[in-house]
Amino acid sequence: MSTQSSRFAARLMVAPSVGLLLIWMIVPLAMTLYYSFRLYRLLSPDRTGWVGFNNYLWFLNSPDFWLALFNTLALVGGVLIITVVLGMLIALLIDQPVKGQGVLRILVIAPFFVMPPVAASIWENLFMHPQNGLFAALARGIGAEPILFLENYPMLSVIGIVSWEWLPFATLILLTALQSLSSEQLEAAEMDGASALSRFRYIILPHATRAITVVILIQTIFLLGIFGEIFTTTQGGPGSASTTLPYMIFKQAIAAKDIGRAAAGGIIAVILANIVAYFLMRSIGKHLDA
Amino acid sequence: MGKIELTKVRKSFGDVHVIPGIDLEINDGEFVVFVGPSGCGKSTLLRLIAGLEDTTSGTIEIDGKDATNLPPAKRGLAMVFQSYALYPHMTVRKNIAFPLKMAGMDQAEQDKRVERAAKVLNLANYLDRRPGQLSGGQRQRVAIGRAIVREPAAFLFDEPLSNLDAALRVGMRQEISELHQSLKTTMIYVTHDQVEAMTMADKIVVLNAGNIEQVGAPLELYNNPRNLFVAGFIGSPKMNFITGAEAAKHNAHTIGVRPEHISVGDGPWEGVVGLSEHLGSDSFIKVDVNGIGVINVRGTGELHVHHGDRIKLAPAGKIHRFDANGLALA
Repeated sequence: MSTQSSRFAARLMVAPSVGLLLIWMIVPLAMTLYYSFRLYRLLSPDRTGWVGFNNYLWFLNSPDFWLALFNTLALVGGVLIITVVLGMLIALLIDQPVKGQGVLRILVIAPFFVMPPVAASIWENLFMHPQNGLFAALARGIGAEPILFLENYPMLSVIGIVSWEWLPFATLILLTALQSLSSEQLEAAEMDGASALSRFRYIILPHATRAITVVILIQTIFLLGIFGEIFTTTQGGPGSASTTLPYMIFKQAIAAKDIGRAAAGGIIAVILANIVAYFLMRSIGKHLDA
Repeated sequence: MGKIELTKVRKSFGDVHVIPGIDLEINDGEFVVFVGPSGCGKSTLLRLIAGLEDTTSGTIEIDGKDATNLPPAKRGLAMVFQSYALYPHMTVRKNIAFPLKMAGMDQAEQDKRVERAAKVLNLANYLDRRPGQLSGGQRQRVAIGRAIVREPAAFLFDEPLSNLDAALRVGMRQEISELHQSLKTTMIYVTHDQVEAMTMADKIVVLNAGNIEQVGAPLELYNNPRNLFVAGFIGSPKMNFITGAEAAKHNAHTIGVRPEHISVGDGPWEGVVGLSEHLGSDSFIKVDVNGIGVINVRGTGELHVHHGDRIKLAPAGKIHRFDANGLALA
């Protein structure tokens, strides 16, 4: 399948879908770019016009912006660290032959099927609630004051909730990586005198590098846009303590009804995502090659 | 030193008794080959010795010390796996040095030993490559290199040549034999290939369904098989077994005649040639003999007989006699 004509035919046949995908991507991006330079407020629709970089400057000068940027990166980084480390440990654990392995694995994967707002509500009301929550009950049980999670540690709470949701994904990918490791390699390492820790460090971890890379890349894409969990729980507060970039854009678009500023925020988010992607691909992208 | 002694070693997986009970003594410096059909328990036996499987009961002694419950690393044995089990993300150098690194050996000594092993195994030019960039034979040598740098009490080989092509297999077979000559270390070698067993072994252990059928030097097994199984397993093409009236003439339940111990020309057996394979050096023919059945004959390259020819055969060599239980009669 690599003669001149077959290659040409192949290009011809994928051309429509490539073209469609291009339009699919370009049109919204171009519209966002267009609006980001316009004065466009839904509350005063008759006042329109070009405003240059004013929408962008508003964002960059807003005291919340840098906090939101930091929160976004903290959310992505925090969830990545927690899910990869814990995911690896759980994967190692459930890779062991035990009775009821199938049921166990389904249980581990279950949180992934819970919708984000539902998951957030469960955590907010059943675990973190200062009166009714399980954690509050535990705290009272040992005679301590219940921790006000969403009030005092809003960002950490959100990171915790999102980690719980994404842990199954990381576990699942890492588990398949562990299962693809030949047992003879581990046995050879055992014969070579490697302790369990050395086997993990020198055999299992290098083998799982590619899977870890995949987990990090995919999760980063989704975590940059986390919104539902924040909306359901903290609403970006208290104050702006748990406002992330997507949430800030949402506030401009829906609460302030300022489409121009929201569009500018959207473009900033796209740039941020590209910067993150660039550094990710530079640092770990090489692991994707065989 | 590498004297290994198995006493009443049993291994069961649930209700399946893979090895119902084995006693075996392997002397220091011996090249012992475990041979048998697939599923006979030979790999399991090797893994029991290696410590990769727990024995159900019985004891394994290495150099006079009970090693039954020792972890693999503490037994001082090195193993070469069928799949080579090289570490794909490490260079050849790091692969070979891995056991030394795990033993906490200092870098200079590691380098020295790796260089020496690489020289012995012709790997010096490949030390900085990864296993994925090597051919099958080279990978095999890396696996052996990783085993020899540790200077183990004994080497365990689990069908190490089965992934190589025929020509390479002959070459590696000789290299392993030469390695044994120069190292004089105990080697235990598992294979289903009787040619490997016959050519390499000081002592062959023939296994069948988890039991030892016979232990002995290659030619001893060839000349004096203890029972029908060993007689049929050792030697290629397979020994001809004849029962009934023809066997009764020799006061036996079954007689066995090797294909190479049959002469063509004149004789008491007359039959029609079925299949004939002419290799140049040898001719393998199948003859349907009246009243006896199909007899395999190994003739010289000059034997020109073809399908449908009517020829006469005579046993010309040792006739092995077996009783009704399949045991050899003296």
